[in-house]
Amino acid sequence: MDYAKKDLISINDLSKSDILYFIDTAKEFKKISLQDIKKVPTMRGKTILNIFFEPSTRTKTSFEIAQKRLSADTINLSISQSSVVKGESLSDTILNLQAMKPDAFVIRHNESGAPYFISNITNASVINAGDGINEHPTQCLLDIMTIFEYKKEIKSLKIAIIGDIVHSRVARSDIAGLSKLGAEIYLYGPQTLMPRFINSDNVKIAGSMDNAVKEADVIIMLRVQKERTAFYFIPSIEEYRNYFKLTDEILKLASKDVLILHPGPVNRDVEISGSIINSGKTAIYDQVENGIAVRMACLYILLSGRHS
Amino acid sequence: MEKLLIKNGIVVDPFTNTQVKRDVYIENGLIKDIKNETVGAKDINIINAYNLFVLPGLIDMHVHLREPGFEYKETIKTGMEAAIAGGFTSICCMPNSNPVNDCKEVNSFIINKAKSFNLCNVFTIGAISSGNKGLNLANIGDLKNSGAVAISDDGMPVEDSSLMARALLYAKTFDIPVISHSEDIKLRGKGVINEGFVSHKLGVNGIPSVAEEIAIFRDIKLAEYFKAPLHIAHVSTKGSVELIKMAKNNGMDITFETCPHYFSITEESLLSYNTNAKMNPPLRRQEDVDAIKNALREGLFDVIASDHAPHSEDEKNTTLDEAPFGIIGLETSLALTLGLYHEKYLSMIDIANLMSYNPAKILKLQNRGAIINGNAGDITIINPEKKWTYKKENIKSLSKNSPFINKSFKGAAMYVIINGKFFKL
Repeated sequence: MDYAKKDLISINDLSKSDILYFIDTAKEFKKISLQDIKKVPTMRGKTILNIFFEPSTRTKTSFEIAQKRLSADTINLSISQSSVVKGESLSDTILNLQAMKPDAFVIRHNESGAPYFISNITNASVINAGDGINEHPTQCLLDIMTIFEYKKEIKSLKIAIIGDIVHSRVARSDIAGLSKLGAEIYLYGPQTLMPRFINSDNVKIAGSMDNAVKEADVIIMLRVQKERTAFYFIPSIEEYRNYFKLTDEILKLASKDVLILHPGPVNRDVEISGSIINSGKTAIYDQVENGIAVRMACLYILLSGRHS
Repeated sequence: MEKLLIKNGIVVDPFTNTQVKRDVYIENGLIKDIKNETVGAKDINIINAYNLFVLPGLIDMHVHLREPGFEYKETIKTGMEAAIAGGFTSICCMPNSNPVNDCKEVNSFIINKAKSFNLCNVFTIGAISSGNKGLNLANIGDLKNSGAVAISDDGMPVEDSSLMARALLYAKTFDIPVISHSEDIKLRGKGVINEGFVSHKLGVNGIPSVAEEIAIFRDIKLAEYFKAPLHIAHVSTKGSVELIKMAKNNGMDITFETCPHYFSITEESLLSYNTNAKMNPPLRRQEDVDAIKNALREGLFDVIASDHAPHSEDEKNTTLDEAPFGIIGLETSLALTLGLYHEKYLSMIDIANLMSYNPAKILKLQNRGAIINGNAGDITIINPEKKWTYKKENIKSLSKNSPFINKSFKGAAMYVIINGKFFKL
């Protein structure tokens, strides 16, 4: 198996077999994190620039740890202390950094399409660590990896994705990736937060929370942002909590070995009852753990493929 | 066991689209099929409805009760009494009370208070935006859950198109209908009556008819684009009728309402600066009245509602500029509509559709709007030939702001039966 593209911008760039190859590779890398000495020399001499134009805890740390465990040289560019605040354009910033011969850029940007734009002006590999409301491909891969650890197959699983779908890059990448693997996806949330142009037969909008959760094999809950009230998407957090929160009661409708995921950060008792998390019914920490393995795999596949 | 038999009436049922002479039986508040043992049973109340029309209980889906907050204009109780006097078994009250009905507490207050009187049915319409201010969505899920049958900012338009769009989508999530007061309020400006020769003659600021039409067009387009149901309240102009045709031709899930004053009188009623003829939208020209009447005959309208808007005599006893918009209508709505029956614009079945079946359907009122087995025992019995005069001293509503005082009418409700309990008028 081989992967020829230099970048990972969209989950749509990956075929079904590409996805499985990334997951298989990630499984191997997961072992490294379980060793006493969590480091291999695989990427010695590679330079990777992590540029986060937007705040991040999980993803940023996860990429950095992945790089360090692979022995790459990692630089984190903090945007608030960069020339960007002096008004340097995105392309000038990248072209200048490109002159320093990095092997890869890891980009988180608040604008959709920014990693794609960057990938077109640099020879280095570009990994999308989340762009605007567009995509978060490594999150999708770590979600798929986590589901595979609990379920033999993804084909024909009923997967409910609940919450602010329309603003969620996680949802968009998950929908694309999981439907590629044959899952039946049911979306639910206020209609104001649902996508309105779906062109896939495996993706449906559920008529109610109950319908979405009923006999679901996997439930992916999404974070709702308080800011959504400002643009009329929801009336209030209280109302969201009353009608769109996953509760223990609703959860009873799901398949009995249902797997619950959440990309984080969680608003406890807004989109999901704190008790569901406290009682260990979610795989949130598996997701975080697998995030490192998936990102190691991505870096390995993209960088080694190009220079072998 | 309460039993009521309505004998010998002409039963007009929109659900089966029939108008036949038959009896209607109500037991324990519900309409029941007549069985052999019913006839001649003991302790049964009998209403002789010979030569009268028996319609499913009339529903006025656009009423302003002024409680809480403006009890000097109308209370829940006086509004209910006016409704019964006018032949209505159910009314739906708009949320612009004080506080605005934008939360479950106010909503429950109105519902519980109305229930305590055991008069007519009162259904509540909650707010689209908090405080009807147009700045953020009200807790629409809570409103629905606590019993509201629709949401509206009536009295004020939802000016911000993005708020209206989100309201349509969010309401769809809860399967609760949205009622639009469609008006370009900036274009209304300081206008107080229709803009035209009358406003020119009186020297007062006019409200251009396009202020209504622009907003109706916007709302039709939003409902179409977002594939959301919508009800447009109080349509008053010829231009708006053209928009209804457009919407109906496209087969959209949009319903339209007009009010009796828009098909009965014109802006000429204001020539003496009569503040009791000031309402919003305003009375229009004769050609608008004709267009509304023709549209009713063609079946373009879904609903006739009164837009009953009580204001005290003191508030109306001033200039056109200062007087508040609105007239009462609960006690004249049926008689004015029966005027169109006499003019052969509407049949009795049409009236049953416009004033009962369609409102029940639009608002998803369970088991109302039709005379069928199992439905609520809500009936209005009408004598279209009954002559009477609307006298100020007989008005049940607490407010008296009507341009129809001292008008003679032909046609009235004789009995109102609400959940099996009958009121002789």
